Amino acid sequence: MKFSNLTKFAATASLAALLGGAAHATSVKQITGAGSSFAYPLYSAWADQYAKQTGVQLNYQSIGSGGGIRAIESRTVDFGATDAPLNEKDLKKHSLVQFPTAMGGVIPTINVPGVKPGQMVLSGPVLADIFMGKITYWNAPAIEKLNPGLKLPHLRITVVHRSDGSGTTFIFTNYLSKVSPTWKKEVGFGKAVNWPSSGNVGGKGNEGVAAYVDRIRGAIGYNEYAYVTQNHMNYADMINRAGQRVAPTAENFAAAAANADWKHAPGYYLILTNQPGAKSWPITGATFALVPAKPSQPERTKAVLKFFDWGYTKGRPIAEKLEYIPMPMSVVKMIETTWHQDIHPTIWK
Amino acid sequence: MSANSLTTKAIALRARRMAFGRRADWLFRAGTLLFAWGVLLVLGAIIIELLVDAWPAFSRFGFGFFTSSAWNPVTEKYGAASSILGTLVTSFIAISLAVPMSFGIALFLTELSPRWLRRPIGIAVELLAGIPSIIYGIWGLFIFAPWFADNVQWRISDTLGNLPVIGVLFQGPPIGLGWLVAGLVLTIMIIPFIAAVMRDVFDVVPATLKESAYAMGSTRWEVIRHIVLPYTSVGVIGGVMLGLGRALGETMAVTFVVGNAHDIHTSLFMPGNTIASTIANEFTEATTVPHRSALIALGLILFIITFIVLALARLLLMRVERGRGEKA
Repeated sequence: MKFSNLTKFAATASLAALLGGAAHATSVKQITGAGSSFAYPLYSAWADQYAKQTGVQLNYQSIGSGGGIRAIESRTVDFGATDAPLNEKDLKKHSLVQFPTAMGGVIPTINVPGVKPGQMVLSGPVLADIFMGKITYWNAPAIEKLNPGLKLPHLRITVVHRSDGSGTTFIFTNYLSKVSPTWKKEVGFGKAVNWPSSGNVGGKGNEGVAAYVDRIRGAIGYNEYAYVTQNHMNYADMINRAGQRVAPTAENFAAAAANADWKHAPGYYLILTNQPGAKSWPITGATFALVPAKPSQPERTKAVLKFFDWGYTKGRPIAEKLEYIPMPMSVVKMIETTWHQDIHPTIWK
Repeated sequence: MSANSLTTKAIALRARRMAFGRRADWLFRAGTLLFAWGVLLVLGAIIIELLVDAWPAFSRFGFGFFTSSAWNPVTEKYGAASSILGTLVTSFIAISLAVPMSFGIALFLTELSPRWLRRPIGIAVELLAGIPSIIYGIWGLFIFAPWFADNVQWRISDTLGNLPVIGVLFQGPPIGLGWLVAGLVLTIMIIPFIAAVMRDVFDVVPATLKESAYAMGSTRWEVIRHIVLPYTSVGVIGGVMLGLGRALGETMAVTFVVGNAHDIHTSLFMPGNTIASTIANEFTEATTVPHRSALIALGLILFIITFIVLALARLLLMRVERGRGEKA
């Protein structure tokens, strides 16, 4: 008697959960996450609205991608967040499922007297040579050739980079590795690299890089798109893989994402740099979430997935307002299929 | 009979009280012992933990870890040289500027200042000591460094930069970031500590001693040199060590202005790093074992540097005391 009541209740509950209505069957009132500081503004804005609508709170600690990976590997949080995707081997080893949650662009930011935002254009190889310390003055022939209309000063270039390990650095150096064989061979890519140019300066966080670029005459750095627009920083356009000049706009980031081949990337290990397409901004990247593939607390993982499902659909305007690029709906469908395939079925019961 | 029983009661009461007193004594003793040993225990635990976690880096890079300035997270090659040198250079700049200035402040406050000015300056010094280091960092980055770059740095490189030998120390682009700026910000940060300690110890010199010296016809400088300083040398050295300890370990303020480059340049104007700033910058994203271990090894090295500094201070104090004993 008692038993049958319970099963009946459970059946209705799981049905309600599957339908994903406001009537939550789970008793999870708070989910925890940690990692990427790039994604922090987005997740906290989503969490704010999500808590108002569903009563489920998100406690997200913006401790950096590395910390997020460590936290989910030791299962001290419900999900981890990272800007540099884990490869398939690491995902298997720690039994994790990875999926992208939003995208953004990285922009070369500059401080060249007499040059206004968007007036200068740089190509991938030239950008790599600047960061290698091979091009040391702003009026170098390679830069002048790309910018025939601009009057460039004879000013020393100071390279500014992130001093802390960062997903932004990962995306940026990954791009340089793709466009410059020398960069790939001598520097490589990662969340932190050995910056080769002499007298390079490291700033802590986006705000550190922004402060240095803003202050040092002749500086060049790289920042996230949101940071550039909100602080009205001076930036350069880029020449993309198709040979077209593109400006850093939401539309051009989305173009890069649309041309990406998510379907054939195991674990969504896909870095959106140097994508084909006439409008694709070449330095684009996604931020990722990690959840356990065999959750010990299925209801908590489920609550995490519900949160991201909400973000993919109802959270789109919030993401756009914060200058993030929401995942295309076609990709969202693939991600939600992945959830059902790769995460242990107990959580869907 | 009744008087007798009263006496026995009193004796019993006294015995109980003494027993209680003994127990309380024992408890108190055990408690303090526990706390005191706790300090040693924590220290030991930290050292063991640092050694264990730093071991992969030491065994992988060997002695080269101390001499190499390579820092490449992509190829997993790490060396501590640039961080160690940066820590020593910035602290040296700070201590060599802060000690004479603090000495001046403390002397002025205790010996020369008009009475009405003592309290305001004294309180100002103490307030400076209470400002969190992040505030110094932000101030250094947004106000001091640009001002220094625009007004001071190019003047130094135009003048001192042309000198033979030491000229190379002052050449480079005036960007306002680097060892020198970090050293100057550290100077400002540690002056209040050293000055406050010096003032307090100068204050406790017995008036009779000083007045006797004045009565013998000593000048003010002679009193300071031969009475105040010898009397307070232990406290003065303690204050200097306190400042040096803070400069060696300072993290946030240095991270903001040191430039954060894993390079060794001959010029003080070029960006560098320190042990504390490297750890603060990279620990959150150090995902691989060699990277994490290299950072912990840096921590261990800082620990050892601090220990050496403290040991030297002890040695200095012992020599001062012995010298005084011989004179007496």
